[in-house]
Amino acid sequence: MALPNYTPIHYRIWHYTYLTICTLVFFFLIAPLFVIFPLSFNAEQYIHFSAGMIALDPEAFSLRWYEDMIWGTKNPWGLATKNSIIIAFFATIGSTILGTVAALGLSSRHMPYKGLFMAVLISPMIVPLIISGTAIFFFMAKVGLASTHTGIVLSHIILGTPFVVITVTATLTGFDHSVTRAAASLGSNPVNTFMKVTLPLILPGVISGALFAFVTSFDEVVVVMFLAGLEQTTIPIQMWVGLREQLSPTILAVATCLIIMSTLILVTAELLRRRSERLRGINR
Amino acid sequence: MSTKKIIYSTDGLPLEVSLRKAERKNKLKAALLVGPLFVFILITYLFPIADMLFRSVDDRMITKLLPKTFIELEKWDGKALPEENVYEALYRDFYPLAIAKESGKLFQRLNYEKSGFSSGLKRTNRKIKNFEEGNFKEQFIEAHKIWNNVEYWVALKNTAPNFSYAKYLKGLDLKLNQDREIIRIEEDRRIHIILWLRTIKVAFWVTIFCFILSYPIAHLLATLPMKYSNLLMICVLLPFWTSLLVRTSSWMVLLQQQGPINDFIVMIGLVSDDSRPELMYNVVGTFVAMTQILLPFMVLPLYSVMKTISPSLMRAGKSLGGTPFVAFRKIYFPLTIPGIGAGSLLVFILAIGYYITPALVGGASGSLISNTIAYHMKSSLDWAFASALGAMLLTGVMVIYWLYNKIVGIDNIKLG
Repeated sequence: MALPNYTPIHYRIWHYTYLTICTLVFFFLIAPLFVIFPLSFNAEQYIHFSAGMIALDPEAFSLRWYEDMIWGTKNPWGLATKNSIIIAFFATIGSTILGTVAALGLSSRHMPYKGLFMAVLISPMIVPLIISGTAIFFFMAKVGLASTHTGIVLSHIILGTPFVVITVTATLTGFDHSVTRAAASLGSNPVNTFMKVTLPLILPGVISGALFAFVTSFDEVVVVMFLAGLEQTTIPIQMWVGLREQLSPTILAVATCLIIMSTLILVTAELLRRRSERLRGINR
Repeated sequence: MSTKKIIYSTDGLPLEVSLRKAERKNKLKAALLVGPLFVFILITYLFPIADMLFRSVDDRMITKLLPKTFIELEKWDGKALPEENVYEALYRDFYPLAIAKESGKLFQRLNYEKSGFSSGLKRTNRKIKNFEEGNFKEQFIEAHKIWNNVEYWVALKNTAPNFSYAKYLKGLDLKLNQDREIIRIEEDRRIHIILWLRTIKVAFWVTIFCFILSYPIAHLLATLPMKYSNLLMICVLLPFWTSLLVRTSSWMVLLQQQGPINDFIVMIGLVSDDSRPELMYNVVGTFVAMTQILLPFMVLPLYSVMKTISPSLMRAGKSLGGTPFVAFRKIYFPLTIPGIGAGSLLVFILAIGYYITPALVGGASGSLISNTIAYHMKSSLDWAFASALGAMLLTGVMVIYWLYNKIVGIDNIKLG
């Protein structure tokens, strides 16, 4: 943002102060994530920068914590990863299907009490997790699903659907309903119309909702903490346990992997969003 | 003569009827689509929350454990010591419990009603096994002096109602005294009021900090050309997509005593090496970490509002003689108020129920009401009290949610 050269000096000062403030805030946002990277390659068992690391001595860096994460004896990460993936997979499928179908209904202009239904369906996202966790725990214990994968998957479907509902409803706001009417007039039945016409058009929204649901489940710790037995441990639970006891470099190695994963998800979500906006002809 | 001309649709029905029918069909179709998720949420989420609210007032435990006693106590006037029949009923209720070792729940619950109950009951619990038939009143009084004290009997009778709001009073550091009046508990035990105030204070200040920090960057993002703003947007979205635990652990790395921030403070000579300040396990850690974690939730709504403000408005303001500051204050800022409202309410709602971050970096002085709920759920196992605290928190959140819905509209929540 170059300033024209006739800009008075005090505006100039103000402008550069403003840019400096912005830089500092961006730094505050993003820098904490990057502090984890180098420390996860630490050769020693400390989680602060050793003298060797600051001097960029290759001896001070190693992959031992990654090895420990993957092959370490008695390490819980294998089981945790397996559980996390299984749970997040089924929770994503469940919330995507339920959420997309509900969003189709919610964005129909014929839907009665739209605001009320929307408020109820979004509520799991708003209610503090500790309350959702408590309530869901009582329920799952009553129906005998506590300490089961099914119970955790169901509770993650509850927590994931609001995101799908929001993203898919947002995609449907610019949706041209004449294309579905055209399909119907050409003799297509509603299911066929949905699969062949509506779904391809709203797919970016559905996928980004699914990504949200996946991340929600993959990152969720409070509800799992109430519901999970030893067999249902997940990555967040292991991190939680580890962080409560002692911050170890192995946890930082896991955290680094998770950051890489979230970067990939972010890129996918962004590309999808842009594609969807291009398709719907929204110019930003 | 004016006859209404009736228009018929192709299927021979009057158009009006046909339209209404079609409208009804469309409504039903839309409702059927929403139906599955709504029923699912109703059964697995709304009912459980209602059940939790019920648990917080449910107080039938003692009446269930001592049914015969309460039947007899109903006739008792509460002035002099009860008659033999009440003592006999108590024996008939208590004896099986003592034999089956199930009387433990009684001690805690009744001791909460009146202190001294626990020791008295425990002693009675041991002695009751040797009681002989007949003359129970004497034997009870001999077992422990509480049974010779009308006050304890009154306290026992006071637990008779099936529902009680005692847990809610406890959550506000209040209790009922002997005469069922609400009084404050002893000064040194008033911990919950402090927690509520701290929770509100933290949520409030985190919201303010988030606002101050996000306003300039949202403005920058909204005014920069697309190719730069898209790149900078990643800085906002990456933390948003990253696991909460990862972000919290990065703060634990940063804030620890040997961590980079402390290293930096020592390096620039603010403090000496052996008096490094404690930045974590107190309210400072909670503030800093929560502000960074919740920042994207403020930036995104602000950004989406600022994006819609045309730059020509500011130019018009300036061309009419306003300084940039006046133009900002009179034109730009008022236009961003919807975004400020949306972001602030969202951040406040999320902050007030925060659990993970305060639990990990907050220590004792930085823990919030959610942490207390978790403590009563997992450690003290006072589920009714946890439910009551949850219900109180939920009420607060629902009020803000309602406000949010009024002001912003729930369908305007933006994600990414």
